[in-house]
Amino acid sequence: MTAQTVDHVSLLPLYAAAGTAVLVLLADLVVARRSAIFGALVVGGLATAVCAIVVGGSRVGTFCAGASCSWVPSPLAMTAAVVFAGLTVGVLGLSVPSLRLGTAPAGEFCFLLACSMTGGVVVGYAGDLITLIVGVETLTLPLYLLVGLRRFAPGEKVSTASASASVTFFLISVVSTAIALLGAALNYAATGALHLDRLIDGAGPFAPVADAGVALLVIGLAFKVAAVPLHAWAPATYEGAPLPVAAYLSTASKLGGVLALAAIVSRVDAAALTGVLAVLTMTVGNLVALRQTRMVRLLAWSSIAQAGYILAALALGAAGVAAAAAYSVFFVVLELVAFGVVVALRAPGADGGSLLAYRGAGRRSPWLGAALVLAFAGLAGLPPGLAGLFAKVTVVDALIDNGHGWLAGVVALNAVIGLAYYVRVSALLYTKAEAPGISVVDPALLEAATHPRLPVPRVVGFVLVAASLVAVALGFAPQLLFDALV
Amino acid sequence: MTIYQVALVAVVALPALGAAAVALLPARPARLTGVAVSAITLLPIILLPFARSSTWTTYSANPAGPRLWTEVDVSWVPALHLDFHLGVDGVSYPLVALTGLLTALCTAYLLKSSGRALIALLLVLEAGIAGTFLSFDLILFFLFFEVVLLPMYAVIAGWGGDDRRRAARKFVLYTLFGSVFLLLGVVTVAVSAGTADLAELIGGAGLDRTTQYAAFTLLAIAFAVKAPLWPLHTWLPDAHTQAPTVGSVILAGVLLKMGTYGLIRVGVGVAPLGAEKAAPVLGILAVAAIIAGALICLRQTELKRLIAYSSVGHMGFVLLGIATLSVTGLQAALLGNVAHGLITGLLFFLAGAIKDRAHTGELAELGGLRETAPRLAGALGFAAIASLGLPGLAGFWGEAFAVVAAVQRGGGLWTTLAVLAAVGGALTAAYFLRLLRRVTHGPAVISLSPTIAGREWLAWSPLVVLTLAVGLVPTLVLAATSAPMRALVEALP
Repeated sequence: MTAQTVDHVSLLPLYAAAGTAVLVLLADLVVARRSAIFGALVVGGLATAVCAIVVGGSRVGTFCAGASCSWVPSPLAMTAAVVFAGLTVGVLGLSVPSLRLGTAPAGEFCFLLACSMTGGVVVGYAGDLITLIVGVETLTLPLYLLVGLRRFAPGEKVSTASASASVTFFLISVVSTAIALLGAALNYAATGALHLDRLIDGAGPFAPVADAGVALLVIGLAFKVAAVPLHAWAPATYEGAPLPVAAYLSTASKLGGVLALAAIVSRVDAAALTGVLAVLTMTVGNLVALRQTRMVRLLAWSSIAQAGYILAALALGAAGVAAAAAYSVFFVVLELVAFGVVVALRAPGADGGSLLAYRGAGRRSPWLGAALVLAFAGLAGLPPGLAGLFAKVTVVDALIDNGHGWLAGVVALNAVIGLAYYVRVSALLYTKAEAPGISVVDPALLEAATHPRLPVPRVVGFVLVAASLVAVALGFAPQLLFDALV
Repeated sequence: MTIYQVALVAVVALPALGAAAVALLPARPARLTGVAVSAITLLPIILLPFARSSTWTTYSANPAGPRLWTEVDVSWVPALHLDFHLGVDGVSYPLVALTGLLTALCTAYLLKSSGRALIALLLVLEAGIAGTFLSFDLILFFLFFEVVLLPMYAVIAGWGGDDRRRAARKFVLYTLFGSVFLLLGVVTVAVSAGTADLAELIGGAGLDRTTQYAAFTLLAIAFAVKAPLWPLHTWLPDAHTQAPTVGSVILAGVLLKMGTYGLIRVGVGVAPLGAEKAAPVLGILAVAAIIAGALICLRQTELKRLIAYSSVGHMGFVLLGIATLSVTGLQAALLGNVAHGLITGLLFFLAGAIKDRAHTGELAELGGLRETAPRLAGALGFAAIASLGLPGLAGFWGEAFAVVAAVQRGGGLWTTLAVLAAVGGALTAAYFLRLLRRVTHGPAVISLSPTIAGREWLAWSPLVVLTLAVGLVPTLVLAATSAPMRALVEALP
């Protein structure tokens, strides 16, 4: 037996991501200054992205047993690693003002974020089921803590919302991981396949076992993308989590789940199950979002609905992976913009608040209003959010191309339901102040006093500008993304 | 790139860039910029017909395809079959010119108002509508079709009447419901033909019968919502009643035409077999729209609502013309489109002027306009008579020849439809005369200022002149339409 050769170059993105976590930890220990910690995470994140691009998508894998490898660079993996790194840096930027206030210990926060990023990178490159599930767990595990990591200043009203959100998330996630592992085990017992490229549909007397395994795997991973009926944790968790962490949950964490699901459904037949999940997810997500009165819950339900569109593409199997991946990237960029605006409009450390708190916000802060309209229009799939329009066209194109016209119809009709709440919130941003019930000498002054215009921290502004520019650039040159994915 | 290609791109790019500039500048210079941009956009539009002389050099491999005066074709997103393919021919040019003209009139009308957002939105609308008329790529057509949705919502919701939110929401959801069918339709066509290039697709090349049926059904629903075709019209009266004057003008003048233009160019063009199959249904619905629109108008008590419902009837004539699938009918539809844009644009400007002065649009509360404001009453009388289709004015040709085309088509069904449409035309006269009797004649119940501001004359007079011009010389619009229409009809089975 010969020793396995390891191609360290292709592992560079992983080294960079894991190294970032270590670097952050060391920075916290040695320098113990917030700026050093933030700097370490930013530099590490950018290095991860650069390493992923340098390694590229066509290198042969490593940790191979025969022809099957456990670490497989691919264009999709490369794009995913870049997106994960970007999201991590972006979410850090959104967190900086509240971390400066001390709502969470900066060192621990950044370390956990870097660990989560490492998990995301692993999911993209995973070549076997164990690596995949370990990657997904590494992505989620730090998030249990991040959701609950909330300190309160003396005298500040202590809330247990984040702790209870954390426990909800933890319990559901653990159960879902157990289900996914059981599925992987059953499938292995029936087919003997562990490497993704050897996954096959079951045959012979063990076929039912293999099918059950695949179904359990899909269901376990569907928890991660909050697919209906496995979604109930998401709104509660998003609402309880600090805003930037909610942003991470609905972007990076969801992207990880999508990549893991894509790895499974592109190799084995789970079309019926995924199709049913897709229809339920988008329909229920959109319908419930119509009734929401709180900003973060609305975003949570809308991101559930968006996951439905991605699942619809995944129901095509291998043919839909590119469309699902493209949609996910368009979606996470727009979602990051939306959360970024919410963070910018709220005081540092505050929650998302009620929708009524956003009345007239677009008049007070025209740029933030424009960014949120861009994001919502994109999520609804309409210009000026061209990125979102192309996302929707991509999915519908893939569905019709593969003979799933009915599913394309469901996606398209859901877009109409979705527009109803996106347009409601966007219009609210430009609604004039409601006349107060009592007579007031200067209503404008009262409005300014009750709805103060908060200064936008520079770093949040920077993240927003960068994310919006990426959204606009993807809107005008979506081919860049399509090229990067193949 | 020739100068004509530059002009072609400028028709779409100038308003889009202008809108951005207007949004960024402070209010007063922004309004001036907006007016200037909408006026400058007329220059490339005026330039485009001169490209026609070189028509015969643009050789098309597809015999049924349009002979474009000039075109620009740049690959944009190959993964989605999307090319940035703009082109202009005799079918699209009159509508593009109408778009440019109405936008320029509307921005000029707003010069003295406060704020600049409305002007910016009008420019975005212009870019979207002109882009729709100029697109020769199906996905690009869909993209431009969607561009107008949110700006029009904002125009109604931001500057409309008392019940504007509900009307705006109804507009945006209804029309998005229509455009998802457009998305499904264009993607179906693009996927099965392997290209989204309209110039290649026109004539139904490369699509089998089943695909054409499916595609035409999807596209027809999409365009029927936009046009709107009875019974999918219910968003229109609310949107019109609540929209500000300029919003109504653009909505009736050119936005609805995206539906009828789309039906001719994309629906009939791409899926002729489907169109042939669906023609009787379209014809019946179109005549139902004419009759229903006229009967509803007879019962209306509000000025803008009445004009809005009259649009349902007029678009019914346009759709009847299309449904006959003959050269005469299609040309009547194109002419009807332009005439309706001019006349209803004028009517909405006048209705806005009356509502601004009287602060009510209720017919019962108006009256005696002839005595209190004779010029206004004269203009309204002119527009109403043009709209009811008096020969010699623009409204006549489209409606008369839609009926003629239906008679020519022959057979019991089409003859019946022609008779019913003619009856509908008579009813149109009835309700417009009722409108005039209520508003201009009778005792003066309300005193309103008779002076007409300069900006109002500026906005109305080009429409009055063009209504006369098109009425007297319909070839102004039809000059270059017979060849493309004949090509379309020849592609039919």
